[in-house]
Amino acid sequence: MTRNRILFGIGVLAFISVIVTVRLGGFLVDNEYRQPDRQVAAQEEQGEAELTPRQQGIVDEQAADEAEARARPYEEAEYRAVPFVGSRVTVWVLAQLHLLFAAFVLAVPLFAFIIEFVGYVKKEERYNKLAYEFTKLLSVSFSMTATFGAFLTFGLIILYPKFTNYLMHIFSPTFLPYVLLFFLEALFLYSYYYGWGKFGPKMHLFLGFMLNIVGTAIMFIANAWLTFMMSPGRRDDVDGDGVPDFVSAVSESGALLSLRDAFFNFTWMPINIHRIIANVAFGGSIAAAYAAFRYLQAKTDEEKAHFDWMGYVGNFVAIIAFLPLPFAGYYLAAEIYAFSQTLGIQMMGGTFSWLFVIQAALIGNLFLGANYYLWLGMGRMEGGVHFQKFIKWLLIAIALCFAVWATPRYAISSVSEIAAMGGSSHPQLSYLGQMSAKNTAVNILILSTYMSFLLYRRTGRQSVHPHRQLLTRAQAIVFSSAAALVIFYGVYGYYVDAAIRIRFAIPQVYSVLAALVVITVIDLPLYRNAAQSGETKWGRMPAVSQYALIFIALSFTWLMGLMGYVRSGLRQEWHVYGVILDTSPDAYTPTLGFATQVVSVTVLIFFGLLGVVFWLSSLGGKKDWEPKPVADGRDQLEGGQAT
Amino acid sequence: MWGLNLPIVLALAAIGGVLAWRRAHTLVWLLYTGGALWAFFRFGFAVPIPQSVATIYLGITGLALVCYASSSRERLAETVQPIQRLILEPRYRLALAGLLVALPALAAYNAYVDLTMPLEAPGFGREIHPPPPTELTVHDETIDMATAENPYLHYKHDDPELYGKHVENGRRVYYENCFWCHGDGMGGDGMFAHGLNPVPSNFNDVGTLPALQSSFVHWRIAKGGPGMPAGGTPWDSAMPAWEKFLTTEEMWDVNLFIYDFNGFEPRALGQH
Repeated sequence: MTRNRILFGIGVLAFISVIVTVRLGGFLVDNEYRQPDRQVAAQEEQGEAELTPRQQGIVDEQAADEAEARARPYEEAEYRAVPFVGSRVTVWVLAQLHLLFAAFVLAVPLFAFIIEFVGYVKKEERYNKLAYEFTKLLSVSFSMTATFGAFLTFGLIILYPKFTNYLMHIFSPTFLPYVLLFFLEALFLYSYYYGWGKFGPKMHLFLGFMLNIVGTAIMFIANAWLTFMMSPGRRDDVDGDGVPDFVSAVSESGALLSLRDAFFNFTWMPINIHRIIANVAFGGSIAAAYAAFRYLQAKTDEEKAHFDWMGYVGNFVAIIAFLPLPFAGYYLAAEIYAFSQTLGIQMMGGTFSWLFVIQAALIGNLFLGANYYLWLGMGRMEGGVHFQKFIKWLLIAIALCFAVWATPRYAISSVSEIAAMGGSSHPQLSYLGQMSAKNTAVNILILSTYMSFLLYRRTGRQSVHPHRQLLTRAQAIVFSSAAALVIFYGVYGYYVDAAIRIRFAIPQVYSVLAALVVITVIDLPLYRNAAQSGETKWGRMPAVSQYALIFIALSFTWLMGLMGYVRSGLRQEWHVYGVILDTSPDAYTPTLGFATQVVSVTVLIFFGLLGVVFWLSSLGGKKDWEPKPVADGRDQLEGGQAT
Repeated sequence: MWGLNLPIVLALAAIGGVLAWRRAHTLVWLLYTGGALWAFFRFGFAVPIPQSVATIYLGITGLALVCYASSSRERLAETVQPIQRLILEPRYRLALAGLLVALPALAAYNAYVDLTMPLEAPGFGREIHPPPPTELTVHDETIDMATAENPYLHYKHDDPELYGKHVENGRRVYYENCFWCHGDGMGGDGMFAHGLNPVPSNFNDVGTLPALQSSFVHWRIAKGGPGMPAGGTPWDSAMPAWEKFLTTEEMWDVNLFIYDFNGFEPRALGQH
């Protein structure tokens, strides 16, 4: 059947190609220059005619062009253009696609290794199988990463030759280690993948460990290049006055002063931390989307159960990594602000601030999607009805926090709305647009999501711990105290100066993190060997739950594209902030609408390519092709050719 | 109270109370919640909230309601059961026919309302924090925007009397030049404010002055609308470039005064 479809497709393509070729040929013939004078044309055919004025003109033009080309001195191009889309959009899309695949390739080994390690410690084969299932996605994705990496490199060399040359001037000592590490990554990746079951468990885990070390080192090097463009120097208290100073890695003309300062620059470590966490969240969500894709295709209960579990684990990884991500993002943003007031204000109060409202909407969607998936997951267990009554309250908390987080400080308004409000901000709602409200909302969102997870974990289970009532109450007190503390600081923040208010974020974050740790520490013994009221039925999930997983992956990808643009676009007209100006025609900052369109198209291209990755990865599980048996006992090829 | 339109809020709460007392069906609760929140966002505030924000809120509400209705097989079955009965049972045919007429009519009415809405120029929200330059030159004196502070701020602790004199001078400058737009109480509501779009900055706002370094405020005073950065053009600010009318000392003094008047401190260097 598939073969017939492919043949049909090839036939249609061939037909279209013939039509296009004939039409193109016809067009060229129709537009060929012909001598209007029959006699001249005949003489020309016989080689007797003198050149007509037009022909003479063409010959002269060719000679002049050649002479000009010979006389022209060699000049290095600063920029080259790409028709229609422009150089910036070309490099932007290529860089984004490279980064998305690279993030996936770095993240999957991280949690595949952890899952394999868990399987090794618990002596459970199913973890090993799951880790292998995740690793299957790596091979094709690695090729995609390398392909887009090459595209990006050539794109930069061709379109931004002078600037690329400058970056080479600064970072040339890092390129060879990078290539070497890349080679090692290929070695470890393929030996990890193809060596599954061929090596002993310890050796195989070692390969996985090394794969992660090398992959992370590669990312750290590449991060130095891109963060240098934003903050070309390090922070240090040079004059000993207790206030950090900026130590530039390059001179005013751009000459390198210190490779160390260029590499370990101001925003390098914040980006490293942010990217590691974000990669794991993103990788988990993409792996969960793959599981959802396979779940929706699954024919048997066994397949459904397997991919349901895989989706659950992928999503679990994504959400666990996602919970600390806002804090890492906050750290990065704070460091950008501390590096440059201009960049900080540009990011959070200026042109780019509206993208943070979109970011809030996407993150709210992520939280909602993650909780929704957990609630649906309660249906896997017998006796899940007990906790259903809490969903309403969790949903109210999540929707409220989502709304607070998505409230803009200054709303898009019509003239009459501005007149009614007495300004761009609403007298009541503008309070929700401030950091006090936002920090409170995100912390409550995290607590609510964790509560959903706890309820999911307890569904269909009954603790047999002798102090279960006491421990459960202790958990409730810790949870309520953390929530109360977060809300208290959120409200109190409105009564103090910005200098003090901004510090309230720290106790808010610590109280939430402490609550998560304490509740988990209590929960582990509380539900160890718990009595099960029923069996967990993997594969008993409605289709909508799988679309929720795909939705989460899509939101993550969109978010990465959007925030990546904010970080990169902040530099505005600078290639290297404050040092090398962008003098190309694309130096202007595009409108927010255009930027979001480019990000959206990139995400669509990525998901299209991801579909190919999923398809190729799923081929491994399909049966080998076999000739169709025929009635008379002879085998016959599907195309009808007898063997 | 709290800027709410109390009759509307109380009416919505009363309907909710009746539904709770009558133990209303899940579908009724969902319809009520969606409708009540729409009415609350539309009419529940004394100062109406902008359409753009209401749209965000209603989007979140809709998503949350769909999530709730479908969060378990049982709840989904319970929610859609009345709809199934309405469609399948013969005794509800009249109600179904009514619904089939009412829904398109509602959509048509909505389209009509959208089309007959008076055309209005979009409002330009004043961007409160345009990104400052890295250096600022005023009256031939160049300062580093990242490190510069108000040169008279330290008198607050070192020499309160001298500090008071600078504040007094700033008060004079403010009420001679600034209050026309920024207002007597610095609420951005001076006598000329109604003629300006975007409206002048409100210095009482806790999110404005305390979030800015005094060098930033000095830049805005000295360069005004004409000195807005190129990055976020087109700017639309009526603020004059006061460096053409005031001395550097007068500008720092008025800078000191607006912070002192509102009881705020400028954001310190290196503070996030």
